[in-house]
Amino acid sequence: MEAIAVQELSKLYPTRDGSVHALQQISFNVSEGEFVAVVGPSGCGKSTLLKILAGILPASKGEARLRGTPITGPRRDIGVVFQSPVLLPWRSILDNVLLPIDVQRLGRDRHLKVAMDLLSLVGLEGFERHYPWELSGGMQQRVAITRALIHDPAMLLMDEPFGALDAMTREQMNLELQRIWLERKKTVLFITHSIPEAVFLADRVLVMTPRPGCIMDDVQVKIPRPRALEAMNFPEFAPYVHCIRARFSAKGVIDS
Amino acid sequence: MKNARNVALTIVLFCSSILVWEVIVRAFEVPTFIFPAPSQVATALWRGFASGLYQKHLYYTLVETVLGFLLGSALGFFLGTAVALNRYVEYFFYPYIVMFQSLPKVALAPLIVVWFGLGLKSQVINTALVAFFPLLVNTIVGLKSTDEDRMNLMRSLAASDSQVFWMLRLPNALPFVMAGLDVAMIFALIGAIVAEFVGARAGLGMLIQSMNFNMDVSGQFSVLLILSIVGLLLNRCILLIRRRVLFWDPSEKERLERERVVI
Repeated sequence: MEAIAVQELSKLYPTRDGSVHALQQISFNVSEGEFVAVVGPSGCGKSTLLKILAGILPASKGEARLRGTPITGPRRDIGVVFQSPVLLPWRSILDNVLLPIDVQRLGRDRHLKVAMDLLSLVGLEGFERHYPWELSGGMQQRVAITRALIHDPAMLLMDEPFGALDAMTREQMNLELQRIWLERKKTVLFITHSIPEAVFLADRVLVMTPRPGCIMDDVQVKIPRPRALEAMNFPEFAPYVHCIRARFSAKGVIDS
Repeated sequence: MKNARNVALTIVLFCSSILVWEVIVRAFEVPTFIFPAPSQVATALWRGFASGLYQKHLYYTLVETVLGFLLGSALGFFLGTAVALNRYVEYFFYPYIVMFQSLPKVALAPLIVVWFGLGLKSQVINTALVAFFPLLVNTIVGLKSTDEDRMNLMRSLAASDSQVFWMLRLPNALPFVMAGLDVAMIFALIGAIVAEFVGARAGLGMLIQSMNFNMDVSGQFSVLLILSIVGLLLNRCILLIRRRVLFWDPSEKERLERERVVI
């Protein structure tokens, strides 16, 4: 069974003069345990796609299924990481991580150890009693990832999670995410507008066109794992990046 | 070291201004019923407390201020919550709220005396009426200012409406609610004094008025002194609670920084 199955999914936003087509008949599948990146220019409907899969936004047409069941609303077997960490300032780091447990009433006591293990997995042991404002942007986003993993969801939806970080922190986070993914083997749908990031992280890269968003290419990345940051300099890395960029240039997305 | 110097400087400045006031009043032989000297105010203050007169009225004013504050802010908070959470309540109540808001609430004091008499009840109602609106308005604004990203987070976790309220909207509204309490506390004292002016059997406001009839200006000065200290202490209480509750609010830390005046 496919972890994510999207069929002819469309989303229209009504505006004052007609409606805007954010997504147009998108279809793709993601297998269980696969890491899929979606890359596209700003405003191509990437975030809309993620919100529909997260059950926050209804689709206009078509269907999306997660593990065989159609999406009708928010569900408990997914973890979402947003562009910004979205931590609650009045909760300590530990309480922020345990938010899904509190909301879904899964038992704080049982998950305390899970939370501590996850925090050390992302390199934040010793910070559980701290508050969000005491942490750097990269650390906050790690907390957000931990929060998305705490209720052991089958899949992770990530919406440009490292977009707000500086280049060096971002590379570090890419490595960390790969390590976490190799250890936990979740299905991941990772949205980004960085082509190298998508190639570095993903098994498959879905390339989206500008609005109305649809998928114009599906690239298999066959670089062995674990990939080190040096992999970006390997001869097999460049062709992937080049090929995806060429698709955008052909569409007139990237001016060069 | 610098701190000790500042404290010393403050004390010297305070004492010398009191001294200058005393000297000017004596040198120009200003009549006591126009402008009393600090020594006369101090005498009035001492006499008032020694006879037990001030304690009685101070207690009365404190009781009505605190009761009115609690009653008014609690009602303001609950109605504000109802307006923010329920479209129908908002639709039917909000026009009246807006209308009442622009009305100076103390103007209702004479009517309230007519309806509820000269007793404590009347002053508490008047105080509550004044303390009500800051809480109402701030609670509505606070509950409606929830960040969209945070709402999406809660929704993605399949949180129920009541969970969204308790875990997100209410804590998020607390900085606004605390700011409302801050204003309501100051307003409550004003409301209590005005209510006493209009008609009461006891209280510092009533005392000021009866002293005014008797041309006891030094007495009035001494009561004003008490009132300003009471106001300051009540405000400090709210500030302490605020710091406790909003330990996580970045704007609270900025405020603390700003309050610390450095010479």
